[in-house]
Amino acid sequence: MWKTIKRWYHQLGSPVYFYRFSSAVLPWLLPISLVLLAVGLAWGLAWAPVERYQGDSYRIIYIHVPASSGALMGYIAMGVAGLVALVWRMKMAEVMLKALAPFGAVLAAVSLVTGALWGKPTWGTYWQWDARMTSMLILLFLYLGIIALQSAIRDPRQAARAASLLAMVGVINVVIVKYSVEWLQTLHQGSTLKVIGESSIDDAMKWPLLISMLGLWLLYAANVLMRARTEVLNRERRAGWVRKLVNRP
Amino acid sequence: MNPVRKQRLILVLAILAGLAVAVGLAVYALRQNINLFYTPQQVVSGEAPVDTKMRVGGLVVDGSVRRNPETLDVTFAVTDGKGTFDIHYQGILPDLFREGQGIVANGTLISRDRFEAEEVLAKHDETYMPPEVQDALEKAGHPGGAGKTGSDSGYSGGYSESDSGDRPAD
Repeated sequence: MWKTIKRWYHQLGSPVYFYRFSSAVLPWLLPISLVLLAVGLAWGLAWAPVERYQGDSYRIIYIHVPASSGALMGYIAMGVAGLVALVWRMKMAEVMLKALAPFGAVLAAVSLVTGALWGKPTWGTYWQWDARMTSMLILLFLYLGIIALQSAIRDPRQAARAASLLAMVGVINVVIVKYSVEWLQTLHQGSTLKVIGESSIDDAMKWPLLISMLGLWLLYAANVLMRARTEVLNRERRAGWVRKLVNRP
Repeated sequence: MNPVRKQRLILVLAILAGLAVAVGLAVYALRQNINLFYTPQQVVSGEAPVDTKMRVGGLVVDGSVRRNPETLDVTFAVTDGKGTFDIHYQGILPDLFREGQGIVANGTLISRDRFEAEEVLAKHDETYMPPEVQDALEKAGHPGGAGKTGSDSGYSGGYSESDSGDRPAD
């Protein structure tokens, strides 16, 4: 088991192997993610039953929750990539760190906007400086900070080192986002979906939510692979395998 | 592991652990300012300041909502099981305002048992179910279905209800 993980780590750490691997995965990953997302959203937005108190306005959950969870997981992935990039100086980790940021930032923004639109009809306000909302806003700023830091430093390796540190430190904020609703008094309610134990959402509403979540996560993964491929080609443009690839008729 | 990497790993993890502890302590020290509202217990016990603009939150007590039929004046009691006080508000309440559900009010505490609200926000819990399911649960006498009993709302917003049994454990 450990040996398999180690082999994967070394193989995916090689730009050539990563390029070949992603070429094989992407033609499947992208369509599957889009189909799942379309099915989940159509089911949730059009066919799922109405909610007893909120009526139809709860349906924004099918965009809000997938986007928020994607933004949080993407940030954790950036933290892990940052750790690998800092300690092992692995080039692919630096590439991943850069590839993860833009889509994650978009998801964090989508989460904030849909949350505000949902808050008005349910809570009666677009925004409160509540711990959950404020920490989510900080998550968006962290994403933007990482993108800015990477574009501000010209040398990609130097840029990656600075961004890795910010990515790792920012993971503390992800913990605050997750547990703010349990540790502090907030306007935002606690989590509905639970990994352990029963989720407090009816099955007819839960399945479309899980499908749209999975679809959006896979779409994020596909986007990361596409960005990472471009970045790999750019970084390795002087390497023999890239020249061969480009010169192929 | 190669010793240089090991040293880097230890250094990076030490910095992270230090920062995490620092942030944890800061949040802990500032939690009264980070908490969005005072709980009824804090209001009744005197922890919340009188005559200051602030937010309070709690569950609306069943049967406590009294409306003036001529005006928009409404008075209701909120509780967290450890304290109860009255809130007076003049204006339109949010759609999700109902007895047994949580609210957050922005305004001034006039005395230990009376709060003058300028804005009332509805909290909603993390339970989502279709109306038919709730009807079926109510018919079957299941307490989890009735949204108005106040004991079912599954609050994880920090209300210290004695009987919030379905509070998530994670």
